Amino acid sequence: MANMNPKRNEMPVQEPSVRNRNFDEVALGYTEAQAIDEAKRCLNCKNMPCVSGCPVKIHIPAFIAKVAEGDFEGAYQIISEASSLPAVCGRVCPQERQCESKCVRGIKGEPVAIGRLERFVADRHNATADLSAVQRPLPNGHKVAVIGSGPSGLTCAGDLAKKGYDVTVFEALHLAGGVLVYGIPEFRLPKSIVQREIDGLTALGVKVETNVVIGKTISIDELIGEYGFEAVFIGTGAGLPKFMHIPGENLKGVYSANEFLTRINLMKAYRESSDTPVLHAKRVAVVGGGNVAMDAARCAKRLGADVCVVYRRGMEELPARREEVEHAVEEGIVFKTLTNPTEILGYNNPDDRRDPKNGSVCGMTCVEMELGEPDASGRRRPVEKADSAFTLDVDCVIMALGTSPNPLIKSTTEGLATESWGGIVADEHGKTSRDGIYAGGDAVTGAATVILAMGAGKTAAASIDDYLQQK
Amino acid sequence: MFEILKREELNPTVTRLVIHAPLVARKAEPGQFIILRTDGEGERIPLTVADYDRAEGTVTVIFQVVGGTTEKLNHMRVGDCLHDFVGPLGKKTHTDGLRKVAVVGGGVGCAIAFPVAKKLHELGCEVHAIAGFRNKDLVILEKEFEQNSTKLVKMSDDGSWGQKGLVTDALKALIEAGEQYDEVITIGPLIMMKFVCKLATEYGVKCVASMNPIMIDGTGMCGGCRLTVGGKTVFACVDGPEFDGALIDFDEAIARSATYHDFERHKYEQACNLFAKEVE
Repeated sequence: MANMNPKRNEMPVQEPSVRNRNFDEVALGYTEAQAIDEAKRCLNCKNMPCVSGCPVKIHIPAFIAKVAEGDFEGAYQIISEASSLPAVCGRVCPQERQCESKCVRGIKGEPVAIGRLERFVADRHNATADLSAVQRPLPNGHKVAVIGSGPSGLTCAGDLAKKGYDVTVFEALHLAGGVLVYGIPEFRLPKSIVQREIDGLTALGVKVETNVVIGKTISIDELIGEYGFEAVFIGTGAGLPKFMHIPGENLKGVYSANEFLTRINLMKAYRESSDTPVLHAKRVAVVGGGNVAMDAARCAKRLGADVCVVYRRGMEELPARREEVEHAVEEGIVFKTLTNPTEILGYNNPDDRRDPKNGSVCGMTCVEMELGEPDASGRRRPVEKADSAFTLDVDCVIMALGTSPNPLIKSTTEGLATESWGGIVADEHGKTSRDGIYAGGDAVTGAATVILAMGAGKTAAASIDDYLQQK
Repeated sequence: MFEILKREELNPTVTRLVIHAPLVARKAEPGQFIILRTDGEGERIPLTVADYDRAEGTVTVIFQVVGGTTEKLNHMRVGDCLHDFVGPLGKKTHTDGLRKVAVVGGGVGCAIAFPVAKKLHELGCEVHAIAGFRNKDLVILEKEFEQNSTKLVKMSDDGSWGQKGLVTDALKALIEAGEQYDEVITIGPLIMMKFVCKLATEYGVKCVASMNPIMIDGTGMCGGCRLTVGGKTVFACVDGPEFDGALIDFDEAIARSATYHDFERHKYEQACNLFAKEVE
């Protein structure tokens, strides 16, 4: 008998006033009893609307049925048929816009907490599974290179390794994981979880070469010509930060969200012992309204600052996940919506040219906005209100305006077609304009989600398999 | 792991390391840089390639102790391994068509100026090297510059090495004496490069400066190394590190370079104390 409670089981979280001072994970996960109770809310619909909302088509009702029976490992096996990174996706997927948005239970109440159940199942498996017992597939003798160790690259590498390919993942940074380690903060996605996924791949025989910048250290043509890779997957993401190009953007104390988050997440600058510095500002403005803006704002808060998010549209239009916005509000972050910066102001002591504060941020001029007619994206275009300029008292500004693909691969790989905005051209199978070279994830689509990148990695792995089996 | 094969103290605060890094050695060119970490918890710091040997698979870096990480690096010995070493990053020095060049180096910047002078010298270019140090005890690479330039002008603040004066004095004298350079290439402290570029521009000579701002990844991802050049924001790591000196906003670069000044001093002292304790 299904549990007909219209409300879903709440997931325990750290208290806002406690968590906004530490970097430990915010959400604590379901207990076994909560998971089973929540799983029983699933009606096991015949037409499975939830699956249509999942970019990688996880058989959601089937895994939830296993949870309801208490067969958690069985549930894990069902998820892992379709997803390579369940512990990651259970945490960072925008389920409210995907699977959960289609759930029948959502019509008269709250949808089944699919994401929380996925997380529970993956964590449960990871806590008990023994990586040393992983059986390496029989090698099939083909070598494939994967460029980038973010969600798309890890997924592509894992799928190919399971089929017996000899896979090497190349990573430019000193640590594998891509945006999962440099971008998403510890309190939302603990780095031990990412490391667990990477250990799982190496147990399958995947080689991970860090400190190799493809396009600089080795070119794609050398990978194919000299190193003997028969196919290459490009999963280099969208790492290039955007700026507003307003006056004062190069003052001391202005960060791209990428830089600020990399210092904190990858380099652990929040720890007293870290050799990598990060400014401990008093009043921080984060410009932008996406998940990255929320991550940056919540990190700045944890470093002890008063933080406001400055966004040119309204609360309703924030592109960030609602849960992230709610968490940020609970943690004391102020939202200055319908506000757009026009200039960042710098300190200048006219009497002392050597004053160390010279050239530091001391304020940000903004204008108020109102929403006009819808633009090409369908969202109402923000329009500046006349004579509305005012100054925000801040000593640090973080620009979280989005990112675009890095041009390094494009500029060093002849014959690789790219879009005018820098994205690599790839068809629905991940095939690029060059034979044997595949691409997927943010490098193709521009900045998107972990799950879409993962889906693209899976598709490309299947295409590479077809390609090499026919060769 | 990247083993230290040779180590040589060039002066009390400047050290040369030859590092086993065959993949980097294979591609490195003058003007490019690498990023290293001493240990698994370490900071990523950029250092310009001072030399390379493709056959031996080695890359040479020269660094000055300025903070915690360089202090740690200075305590590493032959046989020790760097945890991370990645590159070559950035664009190589533009050398095409240059027939006569003044290479102006200041302090530890001479370590970066040297491979540029060497490359130009090998290409048959007439190289006038102008090297400046505070005093004779801090001089590095004198022999190397002598062997790889047509002319070496030595300058020191106190006159204890070569002539007393600034590198700009020497450059001005050479230009005034009728030397016509295709280009001036300058590498050293920001304030020195600012005035070298100003001088060259006044005389209508093209000037290129090699910038070494704060950065993390070195691949264009963080944007921390951004500079204003010709009114536009550029990233030193991928667009540079060399730029047209007439167009660089040096005052902004000087301010940005001091962002973590207090932190660096603190970490340097911490590292020194740690090593002092080990000695006890």
